Amino acid sequence: MSQAPPARRAHLPDDLPARPAGRRNVRHGGRASLREALHAEWTKLRTLPGTPWLLAAVIALTMAVSAAAAAAVSCPSGGCSVDPGKLSLTGIDLGQAVAAILGVLAISSEYSTGMIRTTITAMPRRTTVLAAKAAIVTGLVLAAGTVAVAGSLLAGRLILSGHGFTPAHGYPPLSLGDGPVLRAAAGSVLYLTLIALLSLGIATIIRDAGPAIGTVLGLLYLAPIIAVVVNSPHWHRSIERYAPMTAGLAIQATTGLRGQPISPWAGLGVLAAWAAAALLAGGLLLRLRDA
Amino acid sequence: MTTPVITPYRPGQQAARDGFAQLLRAEWTKFRTVRGWVIAMVVGALVMVVFGLLVANGGSTTCQASPTSPVQSGAACLPRIPLGPGGEAVTDSFYFLHQPLDGSGSITVRVSSLTGQYSTGGIAAGPDPEANFASGLQPWSKAGIIVKASAKPGSAYAAMMVTGGHGVRMQYDYTHDTAGLPGAVSAASPRWLRLTRSGDTLTGYDSADGIHWTRAGTAHLAGLPAAVQAGLFAASPDHQAVVSQSLGGGTSTGGPSLATAVFDHASLSGTRPGGGWRGGTVGGSPGGLPASVSGFRHASAGFTVTGTGDISPAVGAGDGIGQYLVGAFAGLIAVVVVSVMFITAEYRRGLIRITLAASPRRGRVLAAKAIVAGAVTFVAGLAAAAAVVLLASRLARAKGNYVLPVTSLTELRVIAGTAAVLAVAAVLAVAIGTMLRRGAAAVTAGIVVIILPYILGTADVLPVGAANWLLRLSPAAAFAIQQSTPQYPQVIAGYTPAAGYFPLAPWAGFAVLGGWAALALGLALYLLRRRDA
Repeated sequence: MSQAPPARRAHLPDDLPARPAGRRNVRHGGRASLREALHAEWTKLRTLPGTPWLLAAVIALTMAVSAAAAAAVSCPSGGCSVDPGKLSLTGIDLGQAVAAILGVLAISSEYSTGMIRTTITAMPRRTTVLAAKAAIVTGLVLAAGTVAVAGSLLAGRLILSGHGFTPAHGYPPLSLGDGPVLRAAAGSVLYLTLIALLSLGIATIIRDAGPAIGTVLGLLYLAPIIAVVVNSPHWHRSIERYAPMTAGLAIQATTGLRGQPISPWAGLGVLAAWAAAALLAGGLLLRLRDA
Repeated sequence: MTTPVITPYRPGQQAARDGFAQLLRAEWTKFRTVRGWVIAMVVGALVMVVFGLLVANGGSTTCQASPTSPVQSGAACLPRIPLGPGGEAVTDSFYFLHQPLDGSGSITVRVSSLTGQYSTGGIAAGPDPEANFASGLQPWSKAGIIVKASAKPGSAYAAMMVTGGHGVRMQYDYTHDTAGLPGAVSAASPRWLRLTRSGDTLTGYDSADGIHWTRAGTAHLAGLPAAVQAGLFAASPDHQAVVSQSLGGGTSTGGPSLATAVFDHASLSGTRPGGGWRGGTVGGSPGGLPASVSGFRHASAGFTVTGTGDISPAVGAGDGIGQYLVGAFAGLIAVVVVSVMFITAEYRRGLIRITLAASPRRGRVLAAKAIVAGAVTFVAGLAAAAAVVLLASRLARAKGNYVLPVTSLTELRVIAGTAAVLAVAAVLAVAIGTMLRRGAAAVTAGIVVIILPYILGTADVLPVGAANWLLRLSPAAAFAIQQSTPQYPQVIAGYTPAAGYFPLAPWAGFAVLGGWAALALGLALYLLRRRDA
């Protein structure tokens, strides 16, 4: 007991003056706090009980649906107009929902437990908190998405060659050495990441996990359904070009690029704009509102 | 001594029995006092209506009666599609070589040949429009004998015919089709056809030799007038070729086609007030072909009749009312979010402990929640679906888009069925929420299990077979309840889910969702009883 106070006091000179010492130190503290914020967010997200499961689910579900879709298709000798790259990445349709949960929970879990007040007390610069969260989510989803996409393509390569997608039919085996396939693969990883960021932004706006995930999934899944039935060709085209899911998934096309409503990278750009807008609005509201 | 011990328990038991109404009331109070949930339900219903109007609001159609007349738009451009005796939209155009027939009688003919031509590209201008045509029959090219209430399109009929690819058929009143002798017709194997009329009943017979006759079918045409037209006909629906078998759908091109049949041994028995054969097209000439391509010629001991068009239900002629209800998916998301939170919010706030302390029989709590969520959803869904069908069909007609007519019973099934699908989805969501206890995961699961199979089944991702299985087995099967017009085997068309055709019958599809909800509810009950709250 008698040894503890001196040990504590030894730390005090480092910590204490930082607070009242005025602008210079605050600026210094601000720079340091981005690293600290990253560390804090990493610890929080890492230790959430759901995170490892969600990351595993992104990988498992994406690969499972991709493999099932590849197994369901066969190319008869007469030739077929299937895009093997896009087909092998079908699982992203489901994987994105899990990535969305991850993005939503990164902030909503703090609101549901009241942790957000502690966070904001510790890190008064709220945009830094959000930026740190975005960075951590990006890192996690990039990692999980890379594994999921690589696994999906590998499954597609193995399964499709047994279903008539042979060089004789005009389908060389899927390979990352092929430009469009590499673009589809890298783009799909980015797509998942942007979906998670869009979810983080929307969850920052809505705060409550349930409605936030509902909004995200509505934004994603409703557009392709409406686009199919809408009467007016003008609306059909607009929806496909500017809705986050239909535009973003244009990155997966490896054949028949002319038939796409939007070019691959422009489509991913549309999704990036959605994510940026959501994060911007979220950041603004986070600053303006009481936590 | 024992009596006073037992008495305090009896009221308790009684309270538990008639406590279910109170439990329902408690859950209803919980539901209606959360402003966000009520708002979410209202917004969900409104979005459903807005999406319905968006779908119906096709670009305004423009049309011209002739190159010199003024351009019209909107309702003036609605196609004039005849209605059959059952009230359904029909295609009724063919070449008809006929005589009046009064009262009972019979018509017999031998068909010795059926040949056809079809357009692969455009129709050649000038005196010979068939110049670019390739020769060949369509699967449902048809020619034979017909007894028809009048030459007016849409009137009642019964017909015996030979077809391009489906042997001899007896068809009547557009929607009915029964098979007769199989195999193609040729000079070596001709087909004899006979139709007899007795009152409202028409019976069709076919024969390979004109001696041994087999009954192919019987039609009861209610209200058939005494004086009808009977005779020979030929028709051939548009040629369709699948250009790219894109998954799930595929694009096809095609063009008009012609069928030519050679008839002999034609005989008509009965009272013939008018006498003599008269030929003419019924229902105009579809597909941009001039009327001159159809007609008849006297051939050796008989006739050669050439016709185009079809006598069938008009599939794909307009929008089905189910298409306007696509906003049900938006409603579904609102319903799933609210229903999941109806239970997960209790876990988050710890209210579940009070709920379960007040009503220790947990099954009843789950039942009360499911009933309240389902009932509220049904009412909101019913109002929204009725408004969508009413407003969207009006808007579509005003814009010049044809809405396929359906019976009021079908309309009721589509509207109430959509509300019921949403209600069962709410029950499924309550069950999933009870199982998972966490909002985000439960909402995602509830939305994904219903919507994703539908997206994968309708978008061009999976081949038709796999997509159909997905729409038979997954909870998305329930949207079959929105199919407003049936799928007819005698009409070739794109019967895809996106066009409003599902692999399961309407109520069967609904039952699949019901099964999933029951399964989830059972699992939720098991977990709720077993776990600590």
